[in-house]
Amino acid sequence: MPTSRIVTRFDKVKAEGRAALVSYLMAGDPDLETSYQALCALRDNGADLIELGAPFTDPMADGPAIQKAALRALANKTTLNDVLALAKRFREEDQETPLILMGYANPVHTTGYEEFAAAAADAGIDGTILVDLPPEEDQPIRDAYAEHELSVIRLATPTTNEARMAKVAEGASGFLYYVAVAGVTGAGSADPEDIRAGVEMAQRVSGLPVCVGFGIKTGEQAAAMAKIADGVVVGSAFVEQARLATVSKTPQIIAEKMGELALELSTALKGGVPT
Amino acid sequence: MDLRNTWDQWPDENGRFGEFGGRYVAETLMPLILDLEKEYRAAKKDPAFKAQMDDLWAHYVGRPSPLYFAERLTEHFGGAKIYLKRDELNHTGAHKINNCLGQVLLAMRMGKTRIIAETGAGQHGVATATVCARFGLKCVVFMGETDVERQKPNVFRMRLLGAEIVPVSSGTGTLKDAMNEALRDWVTNVENTFYCIGTAAGPHPYPELVRDFQSVIGKEARAQILEREGCLPDAVMACIGGGSNAIGLFHPFIEDESVRMIGVEASGHGIETGQHAAALNGGAPGILHGNKTYLLQTDDGQIIDAHSISAGLDYPGIGPEHSFLRDTGRAEYLTCTDSEALEAFQLCTRLEGIIPALEPSHALARVGDVIDTLDKDGLLILNMCGRGDKDVFSVAEALGVAM
Ligand SMILES: Cc1ncc(COP(=O)(O)O)c(C=O)c1O
Repeated sequence: MPTSRIVTRFDKVKAEGRAALVSYLMAGDPDLETSYQALCALRDNGADLIELGAPFTDPMADGPAIQKAALRALANKTTLNDVLALAKRFREEDQETPLILMGYANPVHTTGYEEFAAAAADAGIDGTILVDLPPEEDQPIRDAYAEHELSVIRLATPTTNEARMAKVAEGASGFLYYVAVAGVTGAGSADPEDIRAGVEMAQRVSGLPVCVGFGIKTGEQAAAMAKIADGVVVGSAFVEQARLATVSKTPQIIAEKMGELALELSTALKGGVPT
Repeated sequence: MDLRNTWDQWPDENGRFGEFGGRYVAETLMPLILDLEKEYRAAKKDPAFKAQMDDLWAHYVGRPSPLYFAERLTEHFGGAKIYLKRDELNHTGAHKINNCLGQVLLAMRMGKTRIIAETGAGQHGVATATVCARFGLKCVVFMGETDVERQKPNVFRMRLLGAEIVPVSSGTGTLKDAMNEALRDWVTNVENTFYCIGTAAGPHPYPELVRDFQSVIGKEARAQILEREGCLPDAVMACIGGGSNAIGLFHPFIEDESVRMIGVEASGHGIETGQHAAALNGGAPGILHGNKTYLLQTDDGQIIDAHSISAGLDYPGIGPEHSFLRDTGRAEYLTCTDSEALEAFQLCTRLEGIIPALEPSHALARVGDVIDTLDKDGLLILNMCGRGDKDVFSVAEALGVAM
């Protein structure tokens, strides 16, 4: 099996002696053209991996910012196929930046696990985070992904003890997403010291890079979290940039705003002073 | 396939009823639901738990509820004898309290001090608020904005009982949105909070434990009909929201294969209009709120908002055991529109002097059709799972009467 884009990217980031910036955007918020330009802007401004949100009507694990972004994307009739088409368009000109599809199980289930896996691989997706498919329930995607070199990326949380972590790590690949606070996306942030032990345990048990997310919004917070993790995930803050810029209604301005935030975060992760 | 004597084995150790059910939750909640399952298994074996439940059922809820021969409804339809299982006489006016008591006692065994619940009609919210008042626990109820509006009496009752009501504006502001918000609260407050789910749905072990607590309905009804008539009924009927009152009545009859089990879903303005709440008759299997089950959804897997005149049935999913019972053919699922339910509501009120809730009015509306398929000396039990006091305002509005 060829080395995956995710592994290659984490190797590169590690060689540079820093943590990775994982940035999130909701596909189709407010439209697909904007999302395409935003993907490019994030990449150009230092996002190492990109999570592409697939909208769902009932995002149970998301706070208001991502909930509303999903509704905006759905109001614009964004489907799972559209999200894959967006990935494919990006992949045609970028063969290196890992793309992770993040969403909920039902649209994937309805598409059919096999069919989805084939389409996602064809679109250049590297892995998925399906929030409501815990290890107990994700055997169908593990089977389907095995044939397509797609990673099953799992979530670990402060409620995950060591025995549970072994279960979370089993069959996972790419990286682990460590949810810093018990809660929904965009809510309060964690003190890196409080989760240091949990992240170390996750690294030790899984042998995978561990990225920490939830509540990280600024370069300063990202730099602090980067000290204890292999990567930091920033989601709601990007989505919030997209929302604020939406009033102007031009894709360029929205992408620019998201790019500025990516630059602040990536600069901080490289040890520089955020602009 | 001979499933006789095996109906009772479900769910399996993975929380599955055939392909349905399971534990589709975010990782933050996994340790909690695994803990809950362990605690439930322990409580089930603990005679003290059962003794406490029995005592509260008898003296606080008023169980057993009567099995009443509805003589005039029987005359009206001119066929099999109709019995009503009178769970609307329970304290708080519906079957919901059967389950709340069980869950709140479990929560206390687990050392939880804060109880959250979702509610549609407000009946589950009222029952949860009631039990929390009784045990001095903090209670927070999530309720869709639309439902807060159409169920005002229940909102006030919950506030009187000391519960905090959180109106939910996301989505269409109905039951599914309230459930999303309750799940979001739960992942945020995992340490001290217990989520008291109001129907036989959600991640395993909820469908099982809600069913078990509600099975008191069917156990009593089975013993009562055997005593009164000396034989089993030909059919048992109940309305379906998430399916808790129905599974509670059905389950104790599940291995009596001569007994037909008939659920009635709300078809709102009619299935063909797309504005309905009939997940089994108008939906497809999918994953929502922790379980795999039939759901109202689009071709690309987005959830469609349900519609029913009855806030308690206004939900796009259904408990996973019903999906299983339907696909195996063990139970039948009919539908009833808003206007048919309104007619049945009035019929029962006039003929029996019992004002039913709009939810069981849906089951009542199909009684005539079922009677037509039974022998004249047959027996039918219908679950009168709630009283209609909460609905008089919305019924008046639907009938165009100014109060
Ligand atoms: C009186 C009554 N019946 C039925 C229902 C529907 O729920 P279930 O299908 O779980 O019994 C409700 C829900 O609020 C209710 O209040």
